[in-house]
Amino acid sequence: MARITASVYTSHVPAIGAALDMGKTQEPYWQPVFKGYEFSKQWLKDNTPDVIFLVFNDHATAFSLDMIPTFAIGTAAEYAVADEGWGPRPVPKVMGHPELAAHIAQSVIQQDFDLTIVGKMDVDHGLTVPLSLMCGQPPASNFEWPCPVIPFAVNVVQYPVPSGQRCFKLGQAIRRAVESFDAPLKVQIWGTGGMSHQLQGPRAGLINKDFDNAFLDQLITEPAALANKPHIDYVREAGSEGIELVMWLIARGAMSDVPGGGTANAPTVRHRFYHVPASNTAVGHLILENT
Amino acid sequence: MSLDKPYLDVPGTTIFDTEQARRGYHLNQFCMSLMKADNRARFLADQGAYLDEWPMTEEQKQAVLARDLNRCIAAGGNIYFLAKLGATHGKSFQQMAGSMTGMTEDEYRTMMVGGGRSVEGNRVVGENGTAQAERQPQGGAAKAGF
Repeated sequence: MARITASVYTSHVPAIGAALDMGKTQEPYWQPVFKGYEFSKQWLKDNTPDVIFLVFNDHATAFSLDMIPTFAIGTAAEYAVADEGWGPRPVPKVMGHPELAAHIAQSVIQQDFDLTIVGKMDVDHGLTVPLSLMCGQPPASNFEWPCPVIPFAVNVVQYPVPSGQRCFKLGQAIRRAVESFDAPLKVQIWGTGGMSHQLQGPRAGLINKDFDNAFLDQLITEPAALANKPHIDYVREAGSEGIELVMWLIARGAMSDVPGGGTANAPTVRHRFYHVPASNTAVGHLILENT
Repeated sequence: MSLDKPYLDVPGTTIFDTEQARRGYHLNQFCMSLMKADNRARFLADQGAYLDEWPMTEEQKQAVLARDLNRCIAAGGNIYFLAKLGATHGKSFQQMAGSMTGMTEDEYRTMMVGGGRSVEGNRVVGENGTAQAERQPQGGAAKAGF
C-alpha cells in the first residue's frame, strides 16, 4: 500500500519566487530566507518521494469569481505554470499523478468531503514557490521537478474559508485514502501558505512572531487542539491573509500520530525555520517525518 | 437571523466575504482579464476605454484609474484580484500593500525589515495602534494610490 512518509510546511510568498527567478538569492535581504532551506533541499534529495500531495491556495488565478471550490483536487497528467500578471515563472511545468489523484478523490468524497475534481488547471506561486524552495531551480539540462505532484487547492481567499477543524479532519481522510492505494508509493504531504501577514488596508504589514512560533509549537505537539482555533483568531492575531495557515492543518492531520493513524509516536522534527520578513510576510517552515 | 461576522471590528481590514464579493464581482473579473498579455497592453493603451467594456460602477472605475487600492477594496475588490492591476503597472506585492498605508515605499520596507507592524493596539477598533482610522495616513506618501 501507499503511505505518507513525511509532511512539509512552508510559506509560499510570491516575492521569493521572483527573487529566485531574478538571481537575487545571495543579496543580503534574501540570503537568510534561502539559508533556511539549505537543509531542506538536501533532505528532499535524500528523501525524494514518489509523489508530493501539495496543499496550496489558488490566488485568483485558476479560480476567478466564476467558480470558487472550497477543496479542489487536480487529477490531470500535467499543469501549466500560470501567468499571474507578471508573466509565467520560468520553472518547469508540473507533472501530475492521475491514478493516485483519482483514487484519493473517490476515497475522500466517500468519506463525506465534497471535493471538486479538476481536470485542467494552471498553477500559481502558491504551488510553484514551495517546489522552488524545496527543490531549487532545476537546471536547463534536466528541466523538471523531481517527482509528480498532486495539487490540492483550498479556498482561503473568499470568506468563509474552511475551518481548522475541517481541514484537520480532511487530512485524516487523505491519509486513509493514500493508505488504501494498492501500490507501494511513498507520498509526502505539503501544507503551504502563511505565516502571519496582511496584504490589505491600513493594517497591511502586520507580523506576529509570538503567534507564529506558538502555532509552530502547537502544530508539532498538539495539532488537535490547534485545529479548534477559530478563524477570527487568525485574522486578529496573524493578519487577514494569515488565515492561509489552516492549510497546514490538512498536512498535519495526515500524519500517523493523529488518532487512527496507527502510532502514538510523535513525528520527528527534522527541520524548523522562521524568518521575518520576506516582502510582507513571515516565513515559517517545518519538516516532520513519520516515525 | 443575522450572519456571524466577528471580523467587522478589526481595524484597517476588510474581509472579502460573500457580500463584498457580490459587490465587487465585475471589478474583480476585470482584474482577472489582465492575466492575458494582450489585455494588459490594450488596458495600458487606453484605460478608460478598456474599463468601459466592463459593467463596473463609476466609483470602481475611478478607484482603478487612481490606483487606489483602499478605494478598490471598499468597492468590493480583493487584493489577489487587484494584484493583477498592480502587476500590469509593474508593481510588486510589497509596493501594493505599502500603498494602502500612506507610507512611502521606503518607509513601508523599513517597517517590514524591522519586523513588521505590531499587533499591539491593532486587534480591535478603538485601540491605539498604527492601523486605527484616526492615525491615517501613516507616512509621507504624496498620494493615496500606488
